[in-house]
Amino acid sequence: MPSKVLYIDLSRRRFWVEDRRKFFEEWIGGSGVAIKLLEEECPKNVNPLEPENPIIFAIGPFTSFYPIASKTVAMFKSPLTGNLGESHCGGRSALAIRMAGYGAIVIKGASETPVYLAIHGEKTYFREGSAIWNMANSYTVGRILRDREPGAGARTIMRIGRAGEKLISYACVVTETYRHFGRLGLGAVFGGKKLKAIVISGRKSLPLADSKAYREVYKEIFDALLASPSMKKYHELGTSMNVNPLNEIKALPTRNLKKANFEEAEKISGEAFAKDFLGKRLACAHCPVSCIHLAALRTPYDLEPYFYKTKMICYDYETIYALGSMIGVSDPKELLKLLDEVEALGLDAISTGVALAWATEAQEKGLISTKETNGLHLKWSEAETYLKAIKLLVNQVNDFYKALGKGVEYASSIYGGKDFALAFGGNEMPGYHTGLAAHLGFLIGSRHSHLDCAGYSIDQKIIASRKKLTIEELTEELINEEAWRQILSSLVICFFARGIYKPELIIKAFKPLGMEFTEDSLKAIGKKILKAKYEFKVREGFNLGELRIPERILQTSAPAGEISKESIIKALKLVEEKLTAL
Amino acid sequence: MIACNRRFGEAGVAKSSIHIKSAGGIERGFIVLVCRACVDPPCMKVCPTDALSKRVGGGVILNSSKCVGCKLCVNACTIGAIFWDEENEKPVICVHCGYCVNYCPYNVIKMEEIS
Repeated sequence: MPSKVLYIDLSRRRFWVEDRRKFFEEWIGGSGVAIKLLEEECPKNVNPLEPENPIIFAIGPFTSFYPIASKTVAMFKSPLTGNLGESHCGGRSALAIRMAGYGAIVIKGASETPVYLAIHGEKTYFREGSAIWNMANSYTVGRILRDREPGAGARTIMRIGRAGEKLISYACVVTETYRHFGRLGLGAVFGGKKLKAIVISGRKSLPLADSKAYREVYKEIFDALLASPSMKKYHELGTSMNVNPLNEIKALPTRNLKKANFEEAEKISGEAFAKDFLGKRLACAHCPVSCIHLAALRTPYDLEPYFYKTKMICYDYETIYALGSMIGVSDPKELLKLLDEVEALGLDAISTGVALAWATEAQEKGLISTKETNGLHLKWSEAETYLKAIKLLVNQVNDFYKALGKGVEYASSIYGGKDFALAFGGNEMPGYHTGLAAHLGFLIGSRHSHLDCAGYSIDQKIIASRKKLTIEELTEELINEEAWRQILSSLVICFFARGIYKPELIIKAFKPLGMEFTEDSLKAIGKKILKAKYEFKVREGFNLGELRIPERILQTSAPAGEISKESIIKALKLVEEKLTAL
Repeated sequence: MIACNRRFGEAGVAKSSIHIKSAGGIERGFIVLVCRACVDPPCMKVCPTDALSKRVGGGVILNSSKCVGCKLCVNACTIGAIFWDEENEKPVICVHCGYCVNYCPYNVIKMEEIS
């Protein structure tokens, strides 16, 4: 089990290591360890952009031991919501942290001048970051650090773009190019610390308690992963396989959720991208699925005939929803250009798309004019205008773009249009308008994400079976799912494999590592982690009774049935009782 | 990388004798670095203690007890396919067992008989 925590103080430019074995034994790793470290390190009511806000990275006991346990958990106080920020990222981050010898990394303080961290095994170096600060493109930063630092092939290169430097509340951290700590503004927390990038590498060996049993369990998991039909789909089309099915059931948010089906969805579907643009498929380290899909976009130079550049651009379901249907963009080439810009600047694609969608509707309704937008007429489907708006947003050219850079919750509090500002707990909505369970999940989940309690999945079951659940049953299911997901995100397993990593398999996989759990003990830890997160959120001012419910979700019909405000309010009360009683 | 390491009773990649890295950025694809079993192995020729000998069927075999950890073999390998065990200060060299092939679901690597 990983047990060492690397502490880095950017203010004093010092680092030290502590062995926290008992801590890891009690809280497993990943989300469990991260929330407890955050509790320890984050002062109450701290401003997320102040030096005192810590960044915690944590990996799990299965990292580098079992396939698809390939993610790293980041925790921090979110500049977007002002509360618990939790973001997960794949790529090579988890393997690199494990091979450097750590179970978690805590970054405190802030540097006075731009800096990047190079963590190579037991050593941490504070390197000069001024030359790569304010660079226009996050790809370039990656390219420079690739050449300057050792560890090719098993290292991670995390960096922010200009959005993070400009403290945009939903700036992301790009890792290895194409993977991200996407949500809740970790990029802005990096920016607040003048931390441009982190490179991590190492070659620590990882002994086993029982190598024969380990190889057997490994094979069982590996074979199950390869045999799984859902894994095959993710390999072939990637998560964008979801575009057509969600559109067919009328759950694909379109034009700021004025509708839930997009008449041109087929053009931006996973099938269409795979057929016309797919250039490469990639995997996170130690994952046999390789769901990462890169489109090859060939664009001509303006002035030179027969002269082209070909760019590789990553696409996923959520990014297609946010910068496609949500703003009405159906031309796949234009959509890819938007994705490329967002990647270069280091923005969260979901929040950016939802922010642009809100701004478009606000302009349609006359709440803002071209004075606010700096001359732009935002119109559904007009990607060129959106590209310009993204640049103005990151450059923070006026008060409107400064407000928009703080998310739609904030922008709508200044300019109006709250009823169509699609944020839940301050976080812009993901791409699922399946029904009540999905939206409840966004409201009550600890990271206000569809990955918390998978409400969309409950809705889909309701749609398929036509069997409604009572509010009591529904909230019970949501909380049970989220409690169990705390175990998966503490191990830290990609949620795609949740159907394979069932309790019995997890218990079996722990044994060759020298650890014993029962199903009950695992479930109890899951609840304990969920409780710790909820308590942290309440400590920082979260109140389920005060959550804003965007009217738009009640107005646009959802496939699992109409959603009423009363049912949401009733559910929130029940959830509060259940979470308090955990 | 992880399969290779696992074959020798450990997890992770510290003792892997196969290495994958990008060709200058993930967008440009990947390079598989693995011993190509040279007919006249340069690593063996530079070993001052004769710790490396030719393996029947191709490649070289390391006699750890003779190795003094000078790293000359690492430097001599033109394609960079000899890796380093930092804890034991010894080279990590492919033994051509083919275990990794079983864990490459997309048939990028395979074992084949050569004449």
